[in-house]
Amino acid sequence: MSVPKNAGWRDVPKAGRILEPGSAAEYETGGWRTYRPQHIPENCIHCLFCWLYCPDMSVIARDGKFGEINYKSCKGCGVCAQVCPGKRGQKALVMVLDEAAAATAEESCAEPKAQTK
Amino acid sequence: MSIRVAKTGNEAVAEAMRQMRPDVVAAYPITPQTEIVQIFSGFVADGLVDTEMVTVESEHSAMSATVGAAAAGARAMTATSANGLALMWEIVYIAASMRLPIVMPVVNRALSGPINIHCDHSDTMGARDSGWIQIFSENAQEAYDNTLQALRIAENPNVLLPAMVTMDGFIISHAMEVMEILEDEKVREWVGEYVPENPLLDVDNPVTIGPLDLYDWNMEHKRQQAEAMVQSKAVILKVAEDYAKLTGRRYGLFEEYMLEDAEVAVVVLGSTAGTAKVVVNELRKQGVKAGLLKLRVFRPFPAEEIAAALKHVKAIAVMDRSDSFNAISGPVFAEVRSAMYGVQSAPAIVDYIYGIGGRDVTPEHIRKVYDDLANIAARGKADRILTYLGVRE
Ligand code: SF4
Ligand code: SF4
Repeated sequence: MSVPKNAGWRDVPKAGRILEPGSAAEYETGGWRTYRPQHIPENCIHCLFCWLYCPDMSVIARDGKFGEINYKSCKGCGVCAQVCPGKRGQKALVMVLDEAAAATAEESCAEPKAQTK
Repeated sequence: MSIRVAKTGNEAVAEAMRQMRPDVVAAYPITPQTEIVQIFSGFVADGLVDTEMVTVESEHSAMSATVGAAAAGARAMTATSANGLALMWEIVYIAASMRLPIVMPVVNRALSGPINIHCDHSDTMGARDSGWIQIFSENAQEAYDNTLQALRIAENPNVLLPAMVTMDGFIISHAMEVMEILEDEKVREWVGEYVPENPLLDVDNPVTIGPLDLYDWNMEHKRQQAEAMVQSKAVILKVAEDYAKLTGRRYGLFEEYMLEDAEVAVVVLGSTAGTAKVVVNELRKQGVKAGLLKLRVFRPFPAEEIAAALKHVKAIAVMDRSDSFNAISGPVFAEVRSAMYGVQSAPAIVDYIYGIGGRDVTPEHIRKVYDDLANIAARGKADRILTYLGVRE
């Protein structure tokens, strides 16, 4: 039961209380990102340090190997790229500017649109 | 049947707390509130009340523990004064914005510095925008009655805001007077069973309380908080009505004393109202149409009701027992004058800052205020807005 975007102040739980347990899973934190981790498969040794260290569980492993990054939740903290040993000094995760995510962030900072009810 | 007793303000409030049987009290002693905590903890130690008494290391912790207990779903109380309230500050706002119906007696004392332990209203006036309901008491009887009423007001589902009940430090907190208290069972019935909203200890319905709330929803939650304060006005009056049925003692948002046909009126809160009533009685004997409005509820501020009650007088003096240091007036004046704005041929209105740091206020002082008002009423204007009453010139 997440709060609908067009709800008014009368419709939302008091004091910002979250009445539904585990609802953080629905919350997309990807919009917070300025830089996104980009995977370079040829440098990856599948050590899964990135999977282990990611504070957000945004590195998805498959069959004991690097699988993908979940960009809906990845906040772009860069921890994965920092811990990645890569191959022969070449990192398998690098942080690059995420223009799409930056644009989303700007939008969510803007005033809510006028509501019609 | 109520019981007639002789009690100080602090004793009366500690007694009210014992009778209300809060689940948790977390408090730290500070002059002149100390006795409330001391007497109440005595009740706990003697097994006269089964409250969980949390002895904390500071007022910041007192309010934090009270907020924690209230969020868990407990009926939680604390009490403080002056610098103790100041040290609670951060959590005072949090209690209100988390919509926790905590009741807190505050024994009014001057905020330091220069350090002082005596009465003025600078402590609670500073907290006027914190989102707490604020109820002022003229004497120990009112402090007792207001404490009992505050709980019903705060816990009303349309309100769910914390409430401060104040009394003047030493003047009321330490002076003994004859008053009436209710029987324990009557108070037990009055407070009833507390049904908290979204308590943390309801493990079948897990809830997150106090999450980060940024520009996307914070304003909506603040709007709700403002609305609760608006709604509280009707609840305060309804609770007062129920309380009158129980005790015969009537309360409103304010008390009008000889105000109906008054030509000059003083607006005052706290113990000075008692002194001012004596002066009003004397003046009436001399044929002066003097009246008085004693503010009981400062938050929510009863602006429209005050304007209606004062619109017919010729001159009004507002008594401020604290300064705003805004280079204009004290805080009560600012609100009362704002309430009077727009009233057709509005009365002249002036402010007196008095009784700072416990400076004694005598009938002579109040008489001087009424003399000034007679002058202002006759001339239809005041020479200045603000006078410091009883200061050495
Ligand atoms: S830390 Fe680097 S090398 Fe190791 S699995 Fe992740 S991307 Fe591959
Ligand atoms: S940038 Fe941070 S959040 Fe995103 S995958 Fe790497 S460690 Fe996880």
